Amino acid sequence: MIREVISIQTVPALQDAVRAQPRLHVRGGGSKPALSTPPAGATLLDLSGLAGVLEYEPEEFTFTALAGTPVAQVQEMLAEQGQYLPFDPPLAQARATLGGVVAAGTNGPGRFRYGGVRDFLIGVRFVDGQGELVRGGGKVVKNAAGFDFPKLFVGSLGSLGVLAEVTFKVFPEPLAYASLGVDLPDLDALLPLLFRLGRSPFDLHALDFHPVEPGGSAAGWRLWVRLGGLASTLGPRLDKLRAFLGQGEPVTGGQESVHWQGMLDFTWQPEGTALVKVPVTPQGIPALDEALARAGADRRYSVGGNLAWVAWPGKLALLAELLQAYGLTGLVLRGGDGSPGPWLGALPGGVFAQRVKGVLDPEGKFGPV
Amino acid sequence: MDHTHPLLQELARLYPPERLLTRTAQLAAYESDALTAFHQRPEAVVLAESQEEVIETVRLCHRHRVPFVARGSGTSLSGGSLPVAEGIVIALNRLNRILRLDPDQRLAVVEPGVVNLHVSQAAEPHGLYYAPDPSSQPICTIGGNVAFNSGGAHCLKYGMTSNHVLGIKAVLPDGEVVHLGGESLEGVGPDWTGFFVGCEGLFGIALEITLRLLPLPETFRTVLAAYDSLEAAGHAVSAVIASGLLPGAMEIMDRLAIQAAEVGAQAGYPRTEALLIVELEGEEVAVEAEFAQLLQVIQGTQPVEVRTAQGGDERARIWKGRKAAFSAVGRLAPDYIVQDGVVPRSKLGEALAAISALSREYGIPVANVFHAGDGNLHPLILFDGREPGALERAEELAGKILDLCIHLGGSITGEHGVGVEKRSFLPRMFGPTEMALMHRVRRAVDGRELANRGKMLAIGE
Ligand SMILES: Cc1cc2nc3c(=O)[nH]c(=O)nc-3n(C[C@H](O)[C@H](O)[C@H](O)COP(=O)(O)OP(=O)(O)OC[C@H]3O[C@@H](n4cnc5c(N)ncnc54)[C@H](O)[C@@H]3O)c2cc1C
Repeated sequence: MIREVISIQTVPALQDAVRAQPRLHVRGGGSKPALSTPPAGATLLDLSGLAGVLEYEPEEFTFTALAGTPVAQVQEMLAEQGQYLPFDPPLAQARATLGGVVAAGTNGPGRFRYGGVRDFLIGVRFVDGQGELVRGGGKVVKNAAGFDFPKLFVGSLGSLGVLAEVTFKVFPEPLAYASLGVDLPDLDALLPLLFRLGRSPFDLHALDFHPVEPGGSAAGWRLWVRLGGLASTLGPRLDKLRAFLGQGEPVTGGQESVHWQGMLDFTWQPEGTALVKVPVTPQGIPALDEALARAGADRRYSVGGNLAWVAWPGKLALLAELLQAYGLTGLVLRGGDGSPGPWLGALPGGVFAQRVKGVLDPEGKFGPV
Repeated sequence: MDHTHPLLQELARLYPPERLLTRTAQLAAYESDALTAFHQRPEAVVLAESQEEVIETVRLCHRHRVPFVARGSGTSLSGGSLPVAEGIVIALNRLNRILRLDPDQRLAVVEPGVVNLHVSQAAEPHGLYYAPDPSSQPICTIGGNVAFNSGGAHCLKYGMTSNHVLGIKAVLPDGEVVHLGGESLEGVGPDWTGFFVGCEGLFGIALEITLRLLPLPETFRTVLAAYDSLEAAGHAVSAVIASGLLPGAMEIMDRLAIQAAEVGAQAGYPRTEALLIVELEGEEVAVEAEFAQLLQVIQGTQPVEVRTAQGGDERARIWKGRKAAFSAVGRLAPDYIVQDGVVPRSKLGEALAAISALSREYGIPVANVFHAGDGNLHPLILFDGREPGALERAEELAGKILDLCIHLGGSITGEHGVGVEKRSFLPRMFGPTEMALMHRVRRAVDGRELANRGKMLAIGE
């Protein structure tokens, strides 16, 4: 099918396009094809040309950039000043853009330390369904004036408007990292350890776990605990952590960074599967995991057991059914048979969502919410 | 509205007489919040004890088109819990149960009337705490915190209320009940929970709030540095930030505020022009290493005196003085207005110089206590309300400070909310498009503008 694609270079052009087109779909860098492939009849707005950093004040811990700016470019800029995006955006290597990360609401393992994209997005400019350019939030790290529109755009998938510009809070990046890998026979052994860690005063940078054998669980589990800070302190901190857990193998240097980078790039995702984000609670994991293992799906649990990344091998309809049975919702990022999707399961928000949607997108130009 | 008003008659069926207040003497306590310059007597106050009562009350108000104001502890500093004329107040203090505390998943599900500090107290035996720490935390409620996205001294690292709310069950202004968010740190779909937080009660009443808890830090190191000028203290903040450290808190107090804290809490602060408090928290090994680095940075900023606290007692005393500063200022003058503006951190020096110039120009003393780490100023404007015109002049000065914050690229409120006090400033910070959209959103959620009418947004625009 031939679809119309409009390449957006400026904010006024974005406004014009929104005003002119009856149905729209936005693509940033295209790193999450399940989200950026337009439904039939929708015009595709390519925002990758609406790029560039507008302001960066390292001392303020803030920067402002156009929505199509590649995450990787920003990360490079921040790194020069010893700063970083603490929510650890995934798929930066696959050309994820800032706007795409916000709209998809995706976070990496580092989210465990200080919070997610919702906690670091402090200001937006967006074009609503009537083509108006609206500002929400601000450019200072603390601001309680007016409705919090930036929050609304996190995870919105473009259903409430098109992001044109984003302002983020950033933090100084830990100077060094080190990890502990802990091998455990099963989830029954892993979860109590996870809970004990969670209540302990260790400042954990990341806390992930996954079955050792892809798609199965018979070969046991590996828990990954990451620390960040001054290089000189990591050795003693790792020792203390190991003493606390009574086990664990230190992983440092290149091997360590390769592991965590792989989590961001989803290098573990088998060919031919769909990559699905599923918010979970740690206590809900055993039941879900059994079902996923039965289906032969590889999966990784991130953010202290609050986020499941599922590589689904079969029909998405089956996963949707499975998630529904556990009261969960999923979001397909890439791969899969395209239907249902990208949302699997009930959309949250109820009538509150419908009322707000009606204001921001009265003509229904954007996708559902 | 007299007692024969159908709403009052229906409320009388819902509430026993001791929980439906209508007599003038009973209502007096509810006429103001902590912004005492404003008063309004409500028609009635209901003391709700269950979520069902709140929902039913909201439905009745909707049916009878009577505006309502939710009230936690009434410590709002912007007139947020000020009653509205011809309206009722729904007091939520008695909905004060912690419904669930789940240490494994580090969360607490609470009713809106739960006092902020009580959450941390309940979590402490499990090695956890609730991070946002407004100075009013021994009295203010989680419901009020949610409405205002309240902050505190320790927001630099872990953020404000909205960063710690995972889910909300709320009754919308027409009586519909919605569930936003959940128990996971992650979500899919727009962040409706985050959008509800900070709505100043305009989207309805939060009935149940799921809070994220954090592990108690292993150790703290607190540094108190005295400077001979506010500018010098401001530069020290920049130096700490530039060093790559991320303290849990960075606070500054000026001479007047120091004086107030001495009177109020005998904190034993050095008598000086400006005090900087910097606190590091975390694992002991890390904090010790960062502390050495911090002291080096501080030494390079020409402090006149540096004190450090390690033990719990010393630390508690430093914070007691800081947290008492607001209320203690009351001893320096009969009345005061607390302002709450934000400027970019690098503009702190400029903002403070401009505030002291304004203070001289108006001949009105202004004490400054502020969250320096995030550029959140709290000028305390001292006046005597018995002098004719004094309040108006103090308000005029407060307004100039807000204009200054907007001019410097900041915000008119960092944590106290817009309320009634700063309503006229919101359109100066946002343009007509933004204001129109906020009004439209508000009316889509609350077509009759019953919830907190006249707060944040002007009526019927
Ligand atoms: C001495 C002092 C120090 C303070 N220090 C700080 C500080 O450091 N940081 C800070 O941020 N604030 C501070 N404040 C301001 C105040 O304490 C906060 O705004 C607090 O969140 C208000 O809580 P409350 O329970 O008193 O709410 P109230 O004043 O009763 O209500 C505040 C607003 O919330 C609405 N509301 C209440 N409950 C609900 C609910 N369940 N659902 C929806 N809306 C609701 C009300 O309608 C009102 O608009 C301080 C106040 C004082 C007096």
